[in-house]
Amino acid sequence: MAKKLRQLAIYGKGGIGKSTTTQNTVAGLAAMGKKILIIGCDPKADSTRLILHSKAQETVMDKVRELGTVEDLELEDVLREGYAGVRCVESGGPEPGVGCAGRGVITAINFLEEEGAYTPDLDFVFYDVLGDVVCGGFAMPIRENKAQEIYIVVSGEMMAMYAANNICKGIVKYASSGSVRLGGLICNSRNTDKEKELIEALAARLGTQMIHYVPRDNQVQRAELRRMTVIEYSPEHQQAQEYRELARKIDENEMLVVPTPIEIDDLEELLMEFGIIEAEDETIIGKAENA
Amino acid sequence: MEKTSKNNPLEGITKEKTQSMVEKTLDLYPEKARKKRAPHMSANDPDDAGCAIRSNRKTVPGVMSARGCAYAGAKGVVWGPIRDMVHVSHGPVGCGYYSWGTRRNLVDGTSGVDVFSAMQFTSDFQERDIVYGGDKKLGVLCREAKELFPLAKGISVLSECPVGLIGDDINAVAKESSKELDIPVIPCNCEGFRGVSQSLGHHISNDTIRDYVIGTREFSEPIGDYDVAIIGDYNIGGDAWASKKVLEEIGLNVKAVWTGDGQIEHIAATHQVKLNLIHCYRSMNYMAKIMEEKYGVPNMEFNFFGPTKIAESLRAIAARFDEKIQQKAEEVIARHNVEMQKVIDEYRPRLEGKRVLIFVGGLRPRHTIGAYEDLGMKVIASGYEFAHTDDYDKTYPEMDKGTLIFDDASEIELEKWVEEFRPDLVASGVKEKYVFQKAGVPFRQMHSWDYSGPYHAYDGFPIFARDMDMAINSPTWKLVKSPF
Repeated sequence: MAKKLRQLAIYGKGGIGKSTTTQNTVAGLAAMGKKILIIGCDPKADSTRLILHSKAQETVMDKVRELGTVEDLELEDVLREGYAGVRCVESGGPEPGVGCAGRGVITAINFLEEEGAYTPDLDFVFYDVLGDVVCGGFAMPIRENKAQEIYIVVSGEMMAMYAANNICKGIVKYASSGSVRLGGLICNSRNTDKEKELIEALAARLGTQMIHYVPRDNQVQRAELRRMTVIEYSPEHQQAQEYRELARKIDENEMLVVPTPIEIDDLEELLMEFGIIEAEDETIIGKAENA
Repeated sequence: MEKTSKNNPLEGITKEKTQSMVEKTLDLYPEKARKKRAPHMSANDPDDAGCAIRSNRKTVPGVMSARGCAYAGAKGVVWGPIRDMVHVSHGPVGCGYYSWGTRRNLVDGTSGVDVFSAMQFTSDFQERDIVYGGDKKLGVLCREAKELFPLAKGISVLSECPVGLIGDDINAVAKESSKELDIPVIPCNCEGFRGVSQSLGHHISNDTIRDYVIGTREFSEPIGDYDVAIIGDYNIGGDAWASKKVLEEIGLNVKAVWTGDGQIEHIAATHQVKLNLIHCYRSMNYMAKIMEEKYGVPNMEFNFFGPTKIAESLRAIAARFDEKIQQKAEEVIARHNVEMQKVIDEYRPRLEGKRVLIFVGGLRPRHTIGAYEDLGMKVIASGYEFAHTDDYDKTYPEMDKGTLIFDDASEIELEKWVEEFRPDLVASGVKEKYVFQKAGVPFRQMHSWDYSGPYHAYDGFPIFARDMDMAINSPTWKLVKSPF
């Protein structure tokens, strides 16, 4: 019987740790014997380095640029296999300020579909997407017939939570026209106060769950210096256990919802409740320090 | 040539009947479209204080439009005819390919040596150019163009839609290339999605000429009192040559033509002429106004379709100069009117009373009325594809009471009007041509004169008369039998 392919997209504020979390989770799933394809959807092309032990793999768009047209490109030019048979592709794209990175994502995903990168033996496809969904191109992974599940990486920092709420607004839009659903928030701890409780409360407001709380541990950085996931570098370490736990929860997750994004006022109220921000003092607005 | 009054109603045509036809036409639409289209068509009254036709609005979705886009206005109309420049369609290949040689802007010179307007240059965007930007490719293209065609006097870079979407900085590349190659490289941000029709493309191109071209050169010979420029003649089928000839006969020096058979160095020095003569007001009034404001060059509109309008225009133009020119103008009119009368004597008996529906762009919906009238014909409906209010204000006094005046018509509207009015000739574009010919209605394609021309000035009128006669009185119509 053919396995059901699950396609997941990981979103979250820039710098929150999406790529690290994704690769460690994928390593956890791969260690369980799952077949996985990672598609990096970020011109920086840093979504697969821990799996491949490489600086940055050659991207689809790099090859397109070199060969002239996408039609001349072969799948084996851009598909690499890394730790535990995890397959890796990076869409690639221009340096900031020129061209259209969003179109690069669309071009790359179309290419992978047409060339049959989504083979029947796969259990999971993970899309690791640029932090800011600035245009339609970066929403490509959650359009119809692509990722059905989204996980948002978040921390207890205010801007990360704002971003998570905004991403939920995007999901609502695509959920109404397709089958995309939110699978949960992954809290990638920054050691802020009452972080776990705060994210759990935010998840409840958004109508979802905090699927796992990943504590902060320098072992992640030690592994990264070696361009490895914690799971490969130190499988016995407690942090490896955390990622395996996250992998297991995602594998077993059945709570897929259309999120209920909240208003900015509600979000600020929540932050005040947890003491992240203080009640606004209208008298200080727009006043300089020496005024 | 008989004078025609605009206040004698044409037989069978009244304001009331035309207005009721307008209502019937609007009934073809669902409510929302009806509401949108209603202000764009009306029964004419030359006694009204103004023309109430609404124009320059977005085309109603779901109707077939004859309009083009901003890029079409820039490439096809303003820039394309300049003969000694390389015109680059910057973006995917289609826009350049399908706008290649469509307007029959004739030129002097040797193609590929000192003339390039019949060639097609494009940066031919691929996926990688969209994703990584086409800036570098554009720089390479400019270099290659200069290397292949060393006599090219400049390069225009005409943006297609994707260039605007990905934000390619063509202005920076143009500046750099211009310095490197020592020729003007002119960026024109005329992305097709801007505006409601090709009209914005004309405006953007005029602004670009203002910013990059005008005033950058001077004529090599001293300036004379009789120096003029023709503005808005694209030399379709040789129109500009016919117009230039007449103006020179009355003693004027045509120093530049914008832009038919145009030369960029002459265009760049046009601020030195004494008078700008505007034929197509819609596509080039902007620059004429700027030359007036900035350099004090006055301008006036003229009409070189048909002997009546030619004579009127020549007198008005001559009045701007001295007696010598005025006297010569009278001599030229008198001499040519002899031949023109022969043309009229030949064709008028066969064309007398024939009725025309016009739907074109630019200046023709009003400027050709006089030429038809010289042949005894009557324009019973006239409309523009992309006009503005000032065009309609100039049109309605030229049309008879009860005739139909309209804007941006759709196929279904045109079909309805032809069915109701039963005109003897439809004068419109290639999109309309076969619809009406298949319906058995004589047709002339009046965008590029149906592979004929010139139609301007004294050289043009005999050809115009012959072509209209050929269309209307062709024996073909009697040979065609309906299979239904």
